[in-house]
Amino acid sequence: MTAFLAVIGRDLRLAAKNEGEVLTLVLFFVSVGVIVPFAIGPDSETLRRLAPAIVWIAAFLSMLLGLDRLFRPDFEDGTLTLFRHARLPLPAIVGGKLIAHWLLTALPLVLATPILALLLSADLETFWRVVLSLLLGTPGLAALGAIGAGITVTLRRGGLIAPVLITPLAIPILIFGVATIAPPAGAAGSASAAGLFLAAISLLLCAITPFACALAITAGED
Amino acid sequence: MSIDSTVKGNWFSRIAHPGQFASWTRPVVLPMAIVTALLFAIAFWMAFFVSPAASENVGTTLRILYIHVPNAWLSQFVYAVMAASALGTLVWRHPMADVSMKAAAPLGATFTALALFTGSLWGRPTWGTYWEWDGRMTSTLVLLFIYLGIVALWRAFDDQLRAARIVAIFTLVGALNIPIVKFSVDWWSSLHQPTSVLRPDGPRMPANILTPLLVMTLAFTTLFLLLHLVRMRTEIRRRRLYTLERNRAAALEQRA
Amino acid sequence: MIGVAPLPSRTLRVSALAGGRGERWLFADLDFVVPPGRILLLRGPNGAGKTSLLMTLATIVRPFGGTIEIEGRDPEQPIGAEIGLFGHRPAIKPRLSVGENLRFWTELYGGDVGAVGDGLDLVGLGPIGALDAGYLSAGQTRRLALARLVLSNRPVWLLDEPTSALDKQGESLVGALIDRHLDRGGLAVSATHQDLLLRDPGRVDTLQLGETA
Repeated sequence: MTAFLAVIGRDLRLAAKNEGEVLTLVLFFVSVGVIVPFAIGPDSETLRRLAPAIVWIAAFLSMLLGLDRLFRPDFEDGTLTLFRHARLPLPAIVGGKLIAHWLLTALPLVLATPILALLLSADLETFWRVVLSLLLGTPGLAALGAIGAGITVTLRRGGLIAPVLITPLAIPILIFGVATIAPPAGAAGSASAAGLFLAAISLLLCAITPFACALAITAGED
Repeated sequence: MSIDSTVKGNWFSRIAHPGQFASWTRPVVLPMAIVTALLFAIAFWMAFFVSPAASENVGTTLRILYIHVPNAWLSQFVYAVMAASALGTLVWRHPMADVSMKAAAPLGATFTALALFTGSLWGRPTWGTYWEWDGRMTSTLVLLFIYLGIVALWRAFDDQLRAARIVAIFTLVGALNIPIVKFSVDWWSSLHQPTSVLRPDGPRMPANILTPLLVMTLAFTTLFLLLHLVRMRTEIRRRRLYTLERNRAAALEQRA
Repeated sequence: MIGVAPLPSRTLRVSALAGGRGERWLFADLDFVVPPGRILLLRGPNGAGKTSLLMTLATIVRPFGGTIEIEGRDPEQPIGAEIGLFGHRPAIKPRLSVGENLRFWTELYGGDVGAVGDGLDLVGLGPIGALDAGYLSAGQTRRLALARLVLSNRPVWLLDEPTSALDKQGESLVGALIDRHLDRGGLAVSATHQDLLLRDPGRVDTLQLGETA
């Protein structure tokens, strides 16, 4: 257990030494919220209606941006190879890195949602639903990102192809994520249904990710 | 004490299994091609002469369906073949499994693209546009992207044998996610569009539509099996050539 | 004093081992045994397969054929739990301190975290334990990796060019650490271009890889 916590702790400490990275991700997240009104138009009614979708697209793009950082530095300096001989099994190490990854790439986004809510004229009730849906759905996005990172880590230009692989698989999370915030008219109670589906998908992905990643990393170094 | 060891020239054992595959499938290819051609001939004949030109619940572009439905079926069947091959690679380490996976991927992408194209043509009179985000078409579009991603992943690796296990993992992750994607897309489209597009494959289809459809589906499936086999044989030859050239370069280097 | 207690007794047994890099065969039909207290040196020109063999023994790369067994180990545990790998890449994070790096790896490898300080002293890095590892020279980084190897307390050592990037003092340190390891009943396999400065040549075996012409 202490080894597991040591894995999480190390990734957090490394990110703390490179604080620029977390802030850059948050900045990117907010930037998407900023450029959208330029593309759509400043009408606050439209923006309010589209706010759930915009937040989710911004979150999704931000997580795509951050995914290569999960394994690549460790792959390049030989850490992944040494992980193979550790007392802690590789799936557990991946699980620890996944938790740290979520804390560093998803949680800051959740904390930055007030800014987006303000820019997109969202009301308070919507804002809380946005936070809830992000909390339920971003673990699933992080898990998918980890799978993409694990699969492409041994490729030199792998960072380009991982988003292409992940995007189709992330569609359910986007669908249910947005629906948790604002289900379309005529679908009573489906917000909670959507939320449950979202949580279920996140759980499923988080469960398979450590094993899928460990397998991909092992196969890649062969 | 000193142990001496040199490389023994036994790279044949590495490719013997694929070699056996190549030799016992050679006599199969031509008969399969003939059967495929015959099936298509029958299917097209039935499509034009046995089937009605239109039917009241399917619309005037009925005949396109005879291409669309088999391709839609194949887009899922080919993925199932890829997923089974992926299991073969990861679980049983069968030497032909990764060749099968690699050969199937572009075929699956092509059939899916054809399904989308013909589905779009079929839907035009009904929808008025060439594209609608209905549940079935959207799922097929997502499947196309997954196929294309897999093809891109194969190409990203230099070492195809290392690629095999990694692509297999992704294929299985995709297999797990595809039902989830379908479910979520159907849910999404039923929320936004209360009226769903008419479905041609209901249980009470008249025999003069059903029979041509089945024959055409059979024809397309044998086409896939034929093309899959041919691509596997080509891939084996390609790898053998690569190994021979590689060993030639290595032998040259060691003599120098 | 760290690292004086006897190590669990293991024997490395390899039979009909074949392997290489990618699809290239580099070695085939290898049979050898390394009993506890002995070291096997891998010799051969560059590209002969020394690193590939080490990576295959380390179970990082899968062999094309044959078997590798570490006798005496608990079959329930993965084989990797017996291995201490010392390779080219240091796996040291420059932004973390020397001590933090070592503590992390010792924790992860099930070693004695309390002995980290002694480990640093052993390789001559004691005074700079709190320094960011990015300030270390190449030789000092290698010493840190050696400390990691010692603290991991593994019976089977796999070393790839252990003396590279080290000065004369570093070379004697490597020799002394290997001697200590073998004294404790551990075994080692090392790829090396130079001779290792070992106390007792009687416990050294050599395996020549590649063409012998």
